[in-house]
Amino acid sequence: MSGKTLYDKLWDSHVVRNNPDGTAIIYIDRHLVHEVTSPQAFEGLRLADRRPWRIDANLAVADHNVPTTDRSAGISDPVSRLQVDTLDSNCRTYGITEFDMNDPRQGIVHVIGPEQGATLPGMTVVCGDSHTSTHGALGALAQGIGTSEVEHVLATQTLVQQKSRSMLVRVNGELGPGVTAKDMVLAIIGRIGTAGGTGYAIEFGGDAIRSLSMEGRMTVCNMAIEAGARCGLIAVDDVTIEYFRGRPFAPRGELWERAVAYWRTLHSDADAEFERVVELDAATIEPQVSWGTSPEMVAPVGGKVPNPFSETDDTRRQSIARALDYMALEPETPITDIPVDKVFIGSCTNSRIEDLRAAAEVIRGRRVADSVRLAMVVPGSGLVKRAAEAEGLDRVFLDAGFEWREPGCSMCLAMNADRLEPGERCASTSNRNFEGRQGQGGRTHLVSPPMAAAAAIAGHFVDVRTF
Amino acid sequence: MEAFINHRGLVAPLDRANVDTDAIIPKQFLKSIKRTGFGPNLFDEWRYLDHGEPGQDCSRRPLNPDFVLNQDRYQGASILLARRNFGCGSSREHAPWALLDFGIRALVAPSYADIFYNNSFKNGLLPVVLPEETVDRLFQAVETSPGYTLEVDLPAQVVRTPEGEELAFGIDEFRKHMLLEGLDEIGLTLQHADAIRAYEQRRRTEAPWLFAAREGSGT
Ligand code: SF4
Repeated sequence: MSGKTLYDKLWDSHVVRNNPDGTAIIYIDRHLVHEVTSPQAFEGLRLADRRPWRIDANLAVADHNVPTTDRSAGISDPVSRLQVDTLDSNCRTYGITEFDMNDPRQGIVHVIGPEQGATLPGMTVVCGDSHTSTHGALGALAQGIGTSEVEHVLATQTLVQQKSRSMLVRVNGELGPGVTAKDMVLAIIGRIGTAGGTGYAIEFGGDAIRSLSMEGRMTVCNMAIEAGARCGLIAVDDVTIEYFRGRPFAPRGELWERAVAYWRTLHSDADAEFERVVELDAATIEPQVSWGTSPEMVAPVGGKVPNPFSETDDTRRQSIARALDYMALEPETPITDIPVDKVFIGSCTNSRIEDLRAAAEVIRGRRVADSVRLAMVVPGSGLVKRAAEAEGLDRVFLDAGFEWREPGCSMCLAMNADRLEPGERCASTSNRNFEGRQGQGGRTHLVSPPMAAAAAIAGHFVDVRTF
Repeated sequence: MEAFINHRGLVAPLDRANVDTDAIIPKQFLKSIKRTGFGPNLFDEWRYLDHGEPGQDCSRRPLNPDFVLNQDRYQGASILLARRNFGCGSSREHAPWALLDFGIRALVAPSYADIFYNNSFKNGLLPVVLPEETVDRLFQAVETSPGYTLEVDLPAQVVRTPEGEELAFGIDEFRKHMLLEGLDEIGLTLQHADAIRAYEQRRRTEAPWLFAAREGSGT
């Protein structure tokens, strides 16, 4: 018999019951809650006269709607305010721990979970948010769920699921200088497509993954959902364990030792078999820039926008033509000829301290191009923001002409005031370049933090390796 | 949840791949704290020529005449024919809510994104999967014959064309059963409350750190 994959181990240790129809009831260790996908779930609980099953398994934070400018006056948009107030009052009613808008620990739900040690290796983690896949970087089984499932988890501490198939994406070798985890994951999505991982749990492995920091690993798993996979996974190693030492919610003392002993078993066995294996060579990955309206529409910075006429598949040709039309790009335009109007450094993909350091490194001593209307940095959490300020990174950004904002989702999805105007083109470190994602008619190019920083300075995309 | 057994309805074709949930219901409408009322804003950015905001009277907004759901022949459509990877992107359950609120009861496409697929079942919206060639053929049939309807028969697991052709589709037993009966999944799971409690008790001994949830309480 072959060994177990990491996914098998996480799954098996959380099965409450195997149902006769092939589904299983899976226990959920940590439920993260935010303001957008939870109100209807709490309302459902109330209507059915049910109580949350285990209060202390929940942790809530307001992130999607919060303003990134001065918060002392509260939220001015009444609809956003109602949603945030509703979260506050639901948490108060049930006694759920919440980092409210003015809590120094507030931030994007997928940044604060690991930062607090509230999400840990070996856990099952869910949140009403597709980028919950981020927490898979810790060796946790972490999945995004819909609001009905949020209610199900609140009421039962479980989910009813069918086990996914397993895929291994192995990235061998070493990334070149100036090439980041973001470029790696964009290249992977470019290769397997946005539906390539549908129905799979993707484990990322290989030397190039092993040599990433925790921040880089989170960037990779964050975008597993962009490849269609509900969860991404990375095995636990010393990097993982060191990351959690001393985090507020992490175990201490004897419990820490016991936890670490268990965490060390969280990797796929050497003889584990995957249903699909994809291999990439890290050395061949260049900095990536998305040119279209789906995260699979990416090109290396030295490349060009594609020509729909060289595509043979009808559906794909139409998709490319439509995307170029929306993005207002001519076929075969060199990537480095594309100008940018706005630059956004932030989101749960790239707003951690390492991301900000990498961007600041490029910017230090330079100025944002006059043609760029707005360049902004939105740290992933209050703690990231303070850490960056302690290192003087805020000065680097401010001196260059960037805005330095309060933490939240911000222009990743433009539910607050931060957005693109119709036709504006943005270099963004976020994860989705869908039509209208950053504001109706806005045009998003997904890039790494150093690439976004370089684009801000140059006013158009440039190869950060030679910048 | 509303049960789904059998449904015959007018088919509207949405001829593009990778339709994401941001397109199905744009984020500004996610600020609602209700489950209903999303129908008028379904596909908002494609359907209207102006920029939509919550609370508008959508009947007074300028419609995009090129968008398929605005065309006369598709008024009253209750089955949406779509392309591969429908519903990708964000986990927002507002997407199936908006489709249902608009009047869509079933979808027919070659594939769906996982979370969207799952969310649809929880709301009594049936996403039927048919092979890509079959879907292609249906697109042609819909475009060439105004008033084209399909019948989705869940117990028999077939889609029936007006010519009487039966297109078989697969579906998990569990999901089929839940839909046919319109069952409350939480109620069903709570029938196993003892098993959940027993699991928790075992885990408290095996992995006590998972239950030391409050800050610093692991000491
Ligand atoms: S930063 Fe963007 S992708 Fe991440 S949780 Fe917020 S809205 Fe979603």
